[in-house]
Amino acid sequence: MRSENLNANYDNEKTEDVLKKADVLGLSKEDLIDMYKTMIQIRLFEEMADKLYALGKVHGTMHLSAGQEGVAVGTGTVMQKVDYLLNHHRGHGHFIASGADVNKMMAEFLGKETGYCKGRGGSMHIADVEANNLGANGIVGGGIHLAAGVGLAIKMMKEPRVVLVIFGDGAANQGILHESFNMSAIWDLPVVYLCENNHYGMSADVTRVSSKVPFKGRAEAHGIPGYFIDGNDVLAVHETMKEAVEHARSGKGPVFVETETYRYFGHSKSDRNLYRTKEEIQAWKEKDPIGRFETLLIEAKVLNDKAIKEIYQEMSQVIDEAVAFAENSPEPDPSEVTEWVYA
Amino acid sequence: MPEITYREAIKNAMVEEMRRDERVFLIGEDIGTYGGAFGVSAGMLEEFGPERIVETPISEDAIIGAAAGAAMVGMRPIAEMMFMDFILLALEPLVNQAAKARYMFGGKATVPMVVRMPGGSGTGAAAQHSQSLETILMHIPGIKVVAPSTPYDAKGLLVSSIRDANPICFVEHKLLYKTKGEVPDEEYSIPLGVADIKREGTDITVVASGIMVHKSLEAAETLAEEGISVEVVDPRTLRPLDVDTISKSVKKTGRLLVVHEAVKTAGWAGEVMASVSETPAWDYLDAPMRRLAGKDVPIPYNRELELAAVPQVEDIVEEIRAIVQYRY
Ligand SMILES: Cc1ncc(C[n+]2csc(CCOP(=O)(O)OP(=O)(O)O)c2C)c(N)n1
Repeated sequence: MRSENLNANYDNEKTEDVLKKADVLGLSKEDLIDMYKTMIQIRLFEEMADKLYALGKVHGTMHLSAGQEGVAVGTGTVMQKVDYLLNHHRGHGHFIASGADVNKMMAEFLGKETGYCKGRGGSMHIADVEANNLGANGIVGGGIHLAAGVGLAIKMMKEPRVVLVIFGDGAANQGILHESFNMSAIWDLPVVYLCENNHYGMSADVTRVSSKVPFKGRAEAHGIPGYFIDGNDVLAVHETMKEAVEHARSGKGPVFVETETYRYFGHSKSDRNLYRTKEEIQAWKEKDPIGRFETLLIEAKVLNDKAIKEIYQEMSQVIDEAVAFAENSPEPDPSEVTEWVYA
Repeated sequence: MPEITYREAIKNAMVEEMRRDERVFLIGEDIGTYGGAFGVSAGMLEEFGPERIVETPISEDAIIGAAAGAAMVGMRPIAEMMFMDFILLALEPLVNQAAKARYMFGGKATVPMVVRMPGGSGTGAAAQHSQSLETILMHIPGIKVVAPSTPYDAKGLLVSSIRDANPICFVEHKLLYKTKGEVPDEEYSIPLGVADIKREGTDITVVASGIMVHKSLEAAETLAEEGISVEVVDPRTLRPLDVDTISKSVKKTGRLLVVHEAVKTAGWAGEVMASVSETPAWDYLDAPMRRLAGKDVPIPYNRELELAAVPQVEDIVEEIRAIVQYRY
């Protein structure tokens, strides 16, 4: 018997008083504004990526995360520089939220030598190993394969780090998740599993292809604490991730957080959205993570229309500059195609 | 004869075989409403319903395992790996189970299944979505590996693959889906293990498969203007390999070039050359046999790098010129 629906019944409480909640979380007004800004930056990056693709400037694939900014930013603001990140194809938002350089991201997207992977990886494989970002994975579940190993290394090296692995609801049905859960549980590894449940793995409705959702029960079956939260509530994500990361960092073992959210664009470049309705997409846009946060910030007088307009202008400029940087960057030299196969 | 695309030819083979034999079914990711990542199964859900267009979770290991299990007890699954690269997640059920069951059980089991998988580069999908892994599959006794280059071959070979009693890896090339060719309306099949001479020539034999057949034919066209006559042999089935047709051709032309997109080291070009050396054709060689293959790198994302990583028409032309000009 498969699940009938996701039955949203979140583990987190909604507080409408944003300032009270921020205070409890130790976030200043400036922090809140920064979070908002980063969410806008992600949204504009994705919209620009879509535009560049439509203009025929991109040879390759892409997976856009517009609609999922709450998860990226709620999480990015919790992670520390020493922590490792593993994620999958839909990774732009996570990178921007972890402080990545959008110039290098855009250059990678356009396949340029100045990109994070020198144009070898593309949108689906952005990585910044020096910054502990171990790369986006094109294999659904590929990051999960690596996570327990990174956790084991952290434990062996006795470092106060955690590894965060972000994957979709689709990846949650790869068998490796169970093997990884079990391994990190028996060895108390500092692995934070973050599932972005955006309802679809490509065209597959999560309830059609999953025995039981939310997935947190699968983690709990391995003795791993599980959360199921509203991913479009950036502060709720921040709060839960803070608790989860502290749990893992303190040596108590792995933890699983599942966030309910939604992607607006098609799965990738080739998607006619046949598997969902316009009405459904519209209904989710009304629960937009940016829109909701914006309303709270306006009500709390942290932001006003003028400030919002300025933020949009500032962030558009950042994205435009990234495009200019990428377009003016050199192409890789084909004579170097065989570099870096071996160390 | 009507012209249809490679994509349609594959779909038509599946549709016709599913109409003919109730045991045949399709299993894989996003093969229903979405129509498959490359649109091959578009419309099949409407005709056959979810009972026979079995849409799965993202669980490659379990998909191939399920296909093998179903095949062992009498069904005839066609499993789709969205990209060839993902068969690596399912090598256990394919190699340790499906490929071995018949022999290990003293000839008493059969595993009649087809695994369709689009391989190859050219779409900017980078290292994990562009591989040509046929050699890995060819190395396994018990598995047959089929790699069609034209719509006609794709349909005829898929029909035979579905009717075959063994696990078949059916390798499609992404860039071929849109290509067109003549395919008869009437039912036909092409036996596995039989090569096809795609162009007759007298100076050199080029053995190529998949997209490289087309690149070799283009090269042959260019070289014809220079008076070099190229014979292009498409094995169509890589295992079992039709060594006989290849060696006869080499005996006639006295020269051999093998072209494949898969990386050179331990690629199947080596197998072809070794096989030819074991036949009488060896004594007729006027030049050393050569191979032109993908560079030994993961496929890069950038367009120019991606092109540089695999043989292009000009590379084939140059290679052929060098072989023809060779003097012992
Ligand atoms: C092993 C593997 N199988 C299939 C695919 C093709 N594919 C890429 S993304 C995707 C859907 C993934 O869904 P989910 O994990 O929920 O992430 P989302 O796309 O929703 O972010 C599929 C089927 C793949 N890249 N890797």
